[in-house]
Amino acid sequence: METLITILVGVLVAVAVYLLLSRSVIRIILGSAVLSHAIHLLLMVMGGLKKGGVPLIGEETENFADALPQALILTAIVISFAVTAFLLVLAYRTYQEAGSDDLQELRGFKNE
Amino acid sequence: MKINDVILQTITKVVVFIILTFGVELFFAGHNSPGGGFIGGLVLSSAFVLLFLVHDIETVQQGIPVDFKKVAATGVLFAVGTGVFAVLFGSAFLTQTFLTVNLPVYGETELATVLLFELGVALTVVGTVVTIILSISEDV
Amino acid sequence: MNNIIAMPVVIPLLVSIILVFLRPFIKVQRVLSLIALVATAIVSIYILNSIQMNGVLRLDFGGWKPPYGILFVADSFSVLLVLTTAIVSSIILIYAFSSIGRRYENMFFYPFVLLLIAGVNGSFLTGDLFNLFVFFEVMLLASYVLITLGGKKVQLMESIKYVAINVLSSWFFLLGIAYLYGTVGTLNMAHLSARIAEVGQGPLLTIISIIFLIVFSLKSGLLLYFWLPGSYSAPPTAIAALFGALLTKVGIYALFRTFTLIFYHEPSITHTLIGVMAAITLVGGSIGAIAYQDIRQIVSYNVVITIGFILVGLAVSTSIGIQGSVFYLVHDIIIKASLFLLAGTMIYLTGKTSIEEMSGLIRNYPLLGWLFFLTMLALAGIPPLSGFLGKLYIGQGAVEAGSYILLALAFLSGILVLYSLLRIFMNTFWGETIISEEDEIPLRKGLLLPCVLLGMMTIALGVGAEGILVYVEDAAYTLMNPEVYIDAVLEKGK
Repeated sequence: METLITILVGVLVAVAVYLLLSRSVIRIILGSAVLSHAIHLLLMVMGGLKKGGVPLIGEETENFADALPQALILTAIVISFAVTAFLLVLAYRTYQEAGSDDLQELRGFKNE
Repeated sequence: MKINDVILQTITKVVVFIILTFGVELFFAGHNSPGGGFIGGLVLSSAFVLLFLVHDIETVQQGIPVDFKKVAATGVLFAVGTGVFAVLFGSAFLTQTFLTVNLPVYGETELATVLLFELGVALTVVGTVVTIILSISEDV
Repeated sequence: MNNIIAMPVVIPLLVSIILVFLRPFIKVQRVLSLIALVATAIVSIYILNSIQMNGVLRLDFGGWKPPYGILFVADSFSVLLVLTTAIVSSIILIYAFSSIGRRYENMFFYPFVLLLIAGVNGSFLTGDLFNLFVFFEVMLLASYVLITLGGKKVQLMESIKYVAINVLSSWFFLLGIAYLYGTVGTLNMAHLSARIAEVGQGPLLTIISIIFLIVFSLKSGLLLYFWLPGSYSAPPTAIAALFGALLTKVGIYALFRTFTLIFYHEPSITHTLIGVMAAITLVGGSIGAIAYQDIRQIVSYNVVITIGFILVGLAVSTSIGIQGSVFYLVHDIIIKASLFLLAGTMIYLTGKTSIEEMSGLIRNYPLLGWLFFLTMLALAGIPPLSGFLGKLYIGQGAVEAGSYILLALAFLSGILVLYSLLRIFMNTFWGETIISEEDEIPLRKGLLLPCVLLGMMTIALGVGAEGILVYVEDAAYTLMNPEVYIDAVLEKGK
């Protein structure tokens, strides 16, 4: 199971890299979102997939699952949610101001 | 163009309350079973977003005259506040505690300070999500 | 309980939230935010002294003992940086009062500055790798908002790159954390260090360490600085000064922390790599600094050079070299703030950004000119100003380690820094006066006072180096001997 998920992570990263390398801002944002999900999945795999019961007091199982990766992922998802939302608004505003979402045309400072 | 969305509007009136109830349920499921402030807050904010989608923004804001930025700030204030509160009692920052009380109808109930923290989280999530949606949609 | 060490984060955070509710009352916002930063400075002085007496302090959040809970650890290195951050940012805030303008102040400028400071202080103080990630994000999100605030076209265009690069590097940070957790099974920095010392830093761990190196290099601008000059030139002066003084320093702090505490077993690979990167940064930054005409670009490239210079100390990793780096780090926060403020003031006064178009300012604004001169000398490391001792120690460290190439590059870059700033000075302050008495924009006291304060600080830091040296030595000692840190966190003795 771990191997399968790891391969899935690889596929997601490949997709993300493809999107990140494009010139359109919106694709880059999508790429960063996909990448974040790939890494959340990787965090999950790194903690070991389901090996025991729910880690709560009162549950009667021999061994408990590792709760830490899930806590980390939850935090990371919140952060990625905030950042992606911010990026989307920023891209929209930039599109309004500059009239383009092509990174080639969005060079801020003209190099002498 | 005027869109005919009578069905959506009628259903929303019912569904919003179901979503809100579910959000509160998830929120209170909180610290001993799956659920909690973040999930609860997300579900609650999805109800607001549905309202914004179905009715226009002005109408909803007349009905709910709340500045959602301030809701978010209140949330963070709650969350950090519980941490600072612990400092006032001489224990480590962010220490949580609980006490068990016998409520007349509810029976044995746990009252935990972590609930306040979670309330903060939920308010922050609602405030932030709605602010994001509003700031994107306002000038379209 | 050492609840006091959470205060440098809690005070700015709480005040920033309260300021959101006080949106219409700009005056109250100004006073409160200044009070918050001064209070942070006072608290950190207290913490610094109590570290001298009691050793490294730690605070377990919610009473969860390490390695299970999240914790704050305060050693001299981190608290020195917290203290400098608090002082310098309050001075920049004074500058912002009279320069930033009502529009920004209405758009939650002060709350976000305080949030930024809370993030920076949190990154300095945390003892947990994932918590470091979170505080990085707090800091970065605040910086994203600050860089885009105002929404000018250039700002938006530059910030989209800044944000994209930082988001990407954040995911790489998370990737490194995932691998590290998979290999070692903990994220508490002291615990990580102890466990890696136990099992040895194999090839796998070294590769993970290189992921962290790349991440922190992107954040600090070591070698991967391509995003830096553009995005630091875009925002208004006060914000640019905050960025130039603080943001890259957090990346440098993280590099120092990880490569002295956690991954210090394979210096022949990691530290050599840092050395090479520092060398290329020095060269690239120097070329940039002398190539441009735009004063903001020159100043931004000066930030890049310093990053390379400070990392030389880590690359050689001798006790004296690290001492030099710590000292130079403190000096650089002050002097970069001063440089950015002076450059911004010059742009404000003349309305031009190219050094070709300014001339003879010294007749109109003599004090400003001499302050710039002073800053330039401090950056070049002329005694008795504050840059001297750091340069001396880093040089001494490089000699001890026998890395003469780094030594040569470091001091060559020093000359080029002097040249690049002297070029600004000669072109803008000397020469024919172009602003006549009537056209002269009066230099407001609110703009000049912060520059004077920073100038006084650099003199004080240079002349009174003895006073601060005790703390610097302690910081370097803790960095060189990870056991001190680990014992304080894991309480081996008990």
